[in-house]
Amino acid sequence: MEKKEEYRASLPFFGIPRLIPYMKKYRKTLILMIICGLCGTGVDLALPLLQRYALNHYITGRTMDTLPFYVVLYVAIILFGAVVNYISTRNAWTTEVSVNRDLRSAAFDHLQKLSFSYFNQNAVGYIHSRVMSDTGRVGSLVSWTLMDSVWHLSYLVGSIVVMLAINARLALMVVLILPLIVVLFSLFQRKLIRANREIRELNSKITGDFNEGITGAKTIKTLVIEEKMGRDFLSDTAGMKRKGIHVARLRGLFALTMNLASSLALAIVLWKGGYIAESEVGTFSMFMSYAQGMMEPVRWIVDAISDVITTQVNIERLTRLLGTVPDVKDTEEVIRLYGDSFDPKKENWEPIKGDIEFENVSFRYPDGDEYVLEHFSLKIPFGSNIAIVGETGAGKSTLVNLVCRFFEPTEGRVLIDGRDARERSQLWLHSALGYVLQTPHLFSGTIRENLLYGNPAATEEEIWKALKLVSADEVVRRMDKGLEADVGEGGDLLSTGEKQLISFARAILADPRILVLDEATASVDTLTEQKIQAAIETVIAGRTSLVIAHRLSTVRNADLILVVQDGKIVEQGTHAELLQARGYYYRLYTRQYEEEATSSVLA
Amino acid sequence: MSETNTTKSKPVRGSRRTGLIWRFLKGSRGFFLLCMLCAVVSALADMVTPQIIRVAVDQVLGGASTETLSPAVRDIVAAAGGPGYLRTHLWIMAAGIMAVALVKAGSQYGFRVFNARGGETLVKTMRDTLYTHIERLPFQWHMQHHTGDIIQRCTSDIDTMKNFISEQLTNLIRILVLLGLSIAFMLGMNIPLTLIAMIPVPVIIGYSIRFHHQIWEGFQKCDENEGKLSAMVQENLTGVRVVRAFGRERYERDRFDGQNEYYTSLWVKMGYVMSRFWSTADILSGLQVMLVVVFGVVFCLRDQMTSGEYIAFLSYNGMMVWPIRMLGRMISEMSKAGVSVERIGQIMDAEEEKDDPEGLTPPLNQEICFEHVSFSYEGSASEMLHDVNLTIPAGSTLGILGGTGSGKSTMMYLLDRLYDLPASGGRITIGGVDIQRMRLSHLRSGIGIVLQEPFMFSRTLKENLMIASPGMTEEDLREASRTAHLEETIDSFSRGYETFVGERGVTLSGGQKQRAAIARMLTQKAPIMIFDDSLSAVDTETDAKIRKALEKKFGQATIILISHRMTTLSKADRVLVLDHGRVAQLGTPEELRSQPGLFREIDRIQSMTREEEVTA
Repeated sequence: MEKKEEYRASLPFFGIPRLIPYMKKYRKTLILMIICGLCGTGVDLALPLLQRYALNHYITGRTMDTLPFYVVLYVAIILFGAVVNYISTRNAWTTEVSVNRDLRSAAFDHLQKLSFSYFNQNAVGYIHSRVMSDTGRVGSLVSWTLMDSVWHLSYLVGSIVVMLAINARLALMVVLILPLIVVLFSLFQRKLIRANREIRELNSKITGDFNEGITGAKTIKTLVIEEKMGRDFLSDTAGMKRKGIHVARLRGLFALTMNLASSLALAIVLWKGGYIAESEVGTFSMFMSYAQGMMEPVRWIVDAISDVITTQVNIERLTRLLGTVPDVKDTEEVIRLYGDSFDPKKENWEPIKGDIEFENVSFRYPDGDEYVLEHFSLKIPFGSNIAIVGETGAGKSTLVNLVCRFFEPTEGRVLIDGRDARERSQLWLHSALGYVLQTPHLFSGTIRENLLYGNPAATEEEIWKALKLVSADEVVRRMDKGLEADVGEGGDLLSTGEKQLISFARAILADPRILVLDEATASVDTLTEQKIQAAIETVIAGRTSLVIAHRLSTVRNADLILVVQDGKIVEQGTHAELLQARGYYYRLYTRQYEEEATSSVLA
Repeated sequence: MSETNTTKSKPVRGSRRTGLIWRFLKGSRGFFLLCMLCAVVSALADMVTPQIIRVAVDQVLGGASTETLSPAVRDIVAAAGGPGYLRTHLWIMAAGIMAVALVKAGSQYGFRVFNARGGETLVKTMRDTLYTHIERLPFQWHMQHHTGDIIQRCTSDIDTMKNFISEQLTNLIRILVLLGLSIAFMLGMNIPLTLIAMIPVPVIIGYSIRFHHQIWEGFQKCDENEGKLSAMVQENLTGVRVVRAFGRERYERDRFDGQNEYYTSLWVKMGYVMSRFWSTADILSGLQVMLVVVFGVVFCLRDQMTSGEYIAFLSYNGMMVWPIRMLGRMISEMSKAGVSVERIGQIMDAEEEKDDPEGLTPPLNQEICFEHVSFSYEGSASEMLHDVNLTIPAGSTLGILGGTGSGKSTMMYLLDRLYDLPASGGRITIGGVDIQRMRLSHLRSGIGIVLQEPFMFSRTLKENLMIASPGMTEEDLREASRTAHLEETIDSFSRGYETFVGERGVTLSGGQKQRAAIARMLTQKAPIMIFDDSLSAVDTETDAKIRKALEKKFGQATIILISHRMTTLSKADRVLVLDHGRVAQLGTPEELRSQPGLFREIDRIQSMTREEEVTA
């Protein structure tokens, strides 16, 4: 996927115009940076002039008359140079990190608004690197690359101007080398950009090999294919080695050209300008300094150009993310009345009762071409308990997605308390919603922070009440720091069962009118299993609940069971009705029954 | 966690780590040597150009006598036609500069290329050694270490080590050579001025080293906080459902912005510190140059120096300034490489499995015997298996029934020697030969296992299926897929056998993966076949079809089936019921059905559902 994009990137002016809004904020900093950068160049240009003066005036003129003044001036210039360089680097640095921060913030903000279709179509790792790494590349482009260009371009222009002023003929001869060099360098750069991309790909292949060799160790051992895997790996690393050396050769040639060019400039000065030394050694030496110093800026400028070229991919991806329009969006009108996700107008919110109704709903996923629901109608009055059953991957979450308004019906309406969900804001609905996931998702932080996630205003008393209701209080008591205990990244410091219990408590604290529960299939020990079972019953009581069910008891007690196969609802009814029908549900149920009974006997 | 496992082996002495680096350097030492040689040549060439300029300024253009030149230089000047001739033929001197430039450019090119050859060879050696080593480490080791941690050692630690040798070390040497030579040439021209030029040098180096040591912590803090910020994004993305369902977008944004702000402020602070350092270094090195410029003037006026020498001296001094500024950073960064060497060394210290070529290679289509087998996993107090005795006749089918943690998979791991049975834990024999005495690769290729959670490699389906037996024919391949009931699935893919699967390809469903793993195992044509609960994700009918096909084609193989399905177990010649690591029941399905116990209990439950007696 990424490979394709690298070629696709083709924005006008390398996408830089799109960055201007982000640079505007730092206009003053950037201007100061550029001014100081120009002053710094002035200092760099002045130093050879100072040496020229020393040679011409003191050495050739055999006098030390102005030497104290000269030293003072020299020191002053050095100090001035240090100060302007300090300001320009500091400003470039600050701009870089600030632009990075703003871009990350903008991207993160936007992600909070994007619809689920976006998250379903893009892998987490992919989105993650948009936020964390593309932004960095862009930040350094608008600060360092800009500053380097200023520095080196002005040095180049400045040195040419000084040389022209002092000896136009000699200057022209030296300058003649430049166009040649620029052409050569750009040829190299183009090859380098391509080679570097190949190296990046090979590198990730090798990391992938390591990953496979380690996670697949058991399989590799049982199949006795260590040798073969090793051979395959060796051929990948051999390719990498070849490419690496190839790139080094290119870089070497590049540097070689650089070296020769600057020596050529020097040779020209000596050959055609040697006569100057007879009268003014200082001027001759100054010419040598400039002629040699000119090549470095040229190299930098070519580098900067290739930076811009490679970074346009990052700009493209980032601006595409920022430009993605959410599929599910509140209308202007709704936002005016109810507020948006960041600034809700809670005073205008009607209380939610919890009635749900599907009214002639047809639905197809934005990236799919088949309708998974067609003219589906169902009334779910407040307090009812709906179970959704079906095999893994059968599309059980579709109904849940519609109720939560993670997706909107392609046709028809989903009514909440008798009104189209689209007439109220997303946050209005979500604030009345509880969600317990199959793989419970905790955020890094303390247990308390996680519990308060759904209800930041909950009191200590309410917290413990919720914990006790789902027997998660023991989990907390076992921790040294109790509620303040750290749960680790993604809650990894807790066991799966513990995470589940905490996430039930979190849902209870939020006290939602509508609860969505995706039951876990993962096996936990019997005791925990019983606790979870009890917790589920506690949590769903007194709410409208939709449960993606795997446990028999949950299914049996449901008011209505929807049976899903291949993305579509194939049967619906109560447990007894469905068993009577002896259909698909019956088969699913007996299999589940068999498995549960067997493992309960074996445990 | 992993630290404790690997470091406890033995206290590691520095010399052993040096030995490891030396070993990794095999094959690249020559390149690095050549690279050093080029560095010396290039530095020498660097020294020549100022001399040409000096002669040009003093003797050729300034008309000074050649008496003051060293004899060698004097000879060269004479050979080129003498100062007078050169003065009218300045192009000869320009050509001289170009000649030196060619030597210099050539040697620098050599430096880069030899360095790259050395560096890339080194990386390849390190990666290859580590990969093959890791593949041969016992399964136990794999279980004790985190994948992420090992991968990090195999990637970023290897990079650090490579950079240490092929960038930091070689550049350090290059810089030192350049430094030494420029100082030597400066000394050769004017000793007092050289001494003056040297005064600020220790100050600059010392300041730079101290600074980089101090700033290290700051960078680490930045890294840490970047990690936190990155984790926040990760969690927000993976938990997007929770965030939305609880309507906490604002909270998430504020939390992210807070950390983002803090992280940025750390960097801004670093920016101040770094800018201050750069400016200070600018001042110090600027003053050093000024010192040389001014005192050079004084020496010239005292006739202790010519203007040509003055210019050359400034050139040498210029060559010295930048390396000196770099030195501090390089020295402080080199100390960090030690950590990486240690982390890689820990992996290399772990002992590989031995595939002893002297080991026995008896035929494996024989009776399998577990004799008083007891086993517990390292670090676990409780026994996984306790005094298990079992004989599996050649060519028979054994079914195993047991709950989670009953030790059924462990038995299979022991048979395949994924774990080695300790001497006190009884023994396992095949055809009377202790498996410990067999050659490991012989044993494992003779036992085909389909694991509970099959692993597919990111390659095409065909490559995956043929991975264990590369020589097989297309027909064999189809045969195996047919037996495993995989043909239909494959045909449903538009690219058939060429479909790319695994991490970067098509994701197979649980049942498809299991069937692919079965097909892959069948290509091994092993006399012993183990199905570790490997039909659980396949429906009952397909399960039965696969077993029937197996029976037809591999009737002589000894088969072990771990399953919960009575329909599956009933077809076995004998069934073993394991309960918490002990043999609870053993006998033919009929025998077990007639005696009280787990088997009958489960059979009753499952046949009840089969006989459609379930009620609400």
